[in-house]
Amino acid sequence: MIFSEPKPFEEILGYLEGEKSVFILGCDGCAQSSGSGGPVQVEEMKKKLVEAGKKVTGAKVLPFLCEKALVKSGLRGRVAEVVAADSILVMTCGLGVQAVAASLNKVCHPACNTVNLGGSRGEWPGSERCKECGQCLLDSTGGICPLTACTKSLVSGACGGANNGKCELSPDRDCGWELIYNRLKAKGQLEKLKKFISPLDHSKLMPDPKLMSTPRYALESLAQEVKVK
Amino acid sequence: MSLQAKLESGKFAITCEVGPLKGTDITEIEENVALLKGRVDAANVTDQQSSVMRLGSLAVSALLVQRGLEPIFQMTCRDRNRIALQSDLLSAWVLGIKNVLALTGDLPSLGDHPQAKPVYDLDSVTLLKAISQLNEGKDMVGNELKGKPDFFPGAVVKVESNTEASLELQLIKMERKIAAGARFFQTQAVYDAGHFEQFMKRVEPFKVPVLVGIIPLKNAGMAKYMNANVAGVFVPDDLIQKMANAPKEEREKTGVQIAADLIKQMKGMCQGVHIMAIGWEKKVPAIIEAAGL
Repeated sequence: MIFSEPKPFEEILGYLEGEKSVFILGCDGCAQSSGSGGPVQVEEMKKKLVEAGKKVTGAKVLPFLCEKALVKSGLRGRVAEVVAADSILVMTCGLGVQAVAASLNKVCHPACNTVNLGGSRGEWPGSERCKECGQCLLDSTGGICPLTACTKSLVSGACGGANNGKCELSPDRDCGWELIYNRLKAKGQLEKLKKFISPLDHSKLMPDPKLMSTPRYALESLAQEVKVK
Repeated sequence: MSLQAKLESGKFAITCEVGPLKGTDITEIEENVALLKGRVDAANVTDQQSSVMRLGSLAVSALLVQRGLEPIFQMTCRDRNRIALQSDLLSAWVLGIKNVLALTGDLPSLGDHPQAKPVYDLDSVTLLKAISQLNEGKDMVGNELKGKPDFFPGAVVKVESNTEASLELQLIKMERKIAAGARFFQTQAVYDAGHFEQFMKRVEPFKVPVLVGIIPLKNAGMAKYMNANVAGVFVPDDLIQKMANAPKEEREKTGVQIAADLIKQMKGMCQGVHIMAIGWEKKVPAIIEAAGL
């Protein structure tokens, strides 16, 4: 499973600045077991956002937000609520946020930081990748992760190496930053590119030593116990 | 006059490149320094160019200081984390190095040690920010320095882009670099004055000196190779033809002349020229002379 923890509420409110309405998406997979994006947390988030003066057009918890087909089919019947919202708050891991952002032509904000479990894998394998950096940047980058989409994991924008939209490493690989540019342009968010992003805090990328040698069955409860600093 | 004084007083600056070689033999560096001293305002010292392991840019920059040629210490983020980068910057300052060019750096997989771990703890923008902070007497986390540097930081920008996203991303990043402290720019090689003019129209509002990049052509094959393999380099067909048509004994002269003509066409549009001779350092004085600088 992928372990995620909720971002501070103030950070989330910052993402929603200038927006009036929001649709909340929760995930009944790993985010539910992490206690960061299941039905309980979605309900709490809804209340807090309403208290903060936001209009919540709707909320839905889907089985696996990391699977684009499930995202699209799961929202059937809720289209009007999604369309009515200025943006979508996605309460799950980095994979789920990226899959939702790729599936819906809507601004998507991450509500969680994905925590490094020290090499444990087991996610639904889509084309999105998450580096479990513990400081999710997806709000600034149109829901495409620069750490995994860019071969140099650059946070400050493209290097000079792209040619015809492809990475200098391989003509088969898209330049991650060009994907980010095109996504932000399509969503009317190009001004996000001018924001300075601090270098990553690598101490958050280091898993707790206990999490690096624990069997999978024990990992889920342990990850919550350790509750990443 | 130092590079900084020259650019800040609005005078046209000339820079070139000194590339450290693999090994400890510095004969060629000394020959090039003797030849370039007094002819150029400063020389870039490349940092493991193309991710090929060589003698270091910090040591060679210090050699240049000792020999009276002002260095531009190139620093990439490929091989060092933020502790090593900041420490090397402090070391550079005590060795008399004033100019630093902040680069992200090519991927190790494109060089001669493809097995190496790519670092990229910082990138060009965050490195510039770190340099600015050191200039203010603080390290990246805000600790006070005892004695502070006063670097003149620069950065690079690519003129030729073949997608809208690529061009816009270059311009946005240029703005980010300026905000983070870049005070001059050197460009990737340019072979089309018209393209450069359009580019300069976009960056003119930033009010930062730009030195146009020039790589003299050695033959038609080199031009074709760069068009196919070097991102951001575009040699127009007529220049390739000119090189192909030149008889063997005239080729060198033709390459020098094309470089000089490009400088003549573009010098009115920018604040300086950066000649990257790539092994042809000995021709740099001839190019400068033919360009009438």
